[in-house]
Amino acid sequence: MEHHLILRVVTKILVGPILLYALYVQFHGDFGPGGGFQAGVIFAVAFILYGLVFSLRQLRELVPDRIVHQLVAIGLLLYAGTGIVTLFLGGNFLDYNVLSDVGYKGQHWGIITIELGVGITVFAVMLSIYYAFAGRPPQLDDKDW
Amino acid sequence: MELTITLLLFFALVTTAVAIALLRNLFAVVMLSGVASLLAALLFIVMDAVDVAFTEAAVGAGISSVLMLSTIALTARHEKIPTRSSLVPLAIVSLTGMVLIYGTLDMPNFGSADAPVQTHVGPEYIQRTPKEIHVPNIVTGVLASYRGYDTLGEVTVVFTAGLGVILLLGGIGRRRRRGKGQS
Repeated sequence: MEHHLILRVVTKILVGPILLYALYVQFHGDFGPGGGFQAGVIFAVAFILYGLVFSLRQLRELVPDRIVHQLVAIGLLLYAGTGIVTLFLGGNFLDYNVLSDVGYKGQHWGIITIELGVGITVFAVMLSIYYAFAGRPPQLDDKDW
Repeated sequence: MELTITLLLFFALVTTAVAIALLRNLFAVVMLSGVASLLAALLFIVMDAVDVAFTEAAVGAGISSVLMLSTIALTARHEKIPTRSSLVPLAIVSLTGMVLIYGTLDMPNFGSADAPVQTHVGPEYIQRTPKEIHVPNIVTGVLASYRGYDTLGEVTVVFTAGLGVILLLGGIGRRRRRGKGQS
């Protein structure tokens, strides 16, 4: 897409706000609509947009496959790890009340942590699926579209 | 007013579906399925399910379109003209549709107060979430705290799906073989 000047300029303007919006959806999910799943998808969309308009090669230099693949597991481990931590603090699995002296503050900590885990895993899975599909040599030329 | 909007959205949704079924240009089909997702998201907003609408717009219209476009780039841009008659599939689809519509006849009206969804655990969540979790969005309270196990399971499903795609298409084997060849 070397020749699409308008797309490139618009993408440069849009990627920042999309990332910011994803972070808002992620950390404001317990007050408004949204949460880790939607935030992960929106965060991945910003990267995919960059990869579509610039090139997959540039995106892969920015976020290497290895890191994306590790993030897939890290998110799930963060979620399950929260459950293990609450077990060690004397509560049930994923019983966030034990994370803080005041029950509802523990709930807030727990929800933010597991939503972050959800967001990381969803983001990484979306991006690695995109890598897997777009990384194969295409049979169509750019002009054929 | 709300009824008019709902009817308009449903009409647009059905029109999009018919267009998708008739079109042979797969690029247009992918774009229209994105449109269908956005219309569905609007319908969810009319039904006050903002979280679901959000997901539908992000996943259905955003990610799915990109993935379908990537798939088209790898395969073909035009659907082959079917050689066999499509009467039997049409009959099966119509029959299934009629059975589904028949199934909805037993369901309570949308928003009725004595529907099972309003009388079972719903009221309890609505009463307990502000006291126990102190979050305004009850959906998050239910998903992340009361139903934390289920959400962990869902994240595991996403993880497994990602793992499958990475193993099958991600090129890890190719990379390793190339690495061996170099050393």
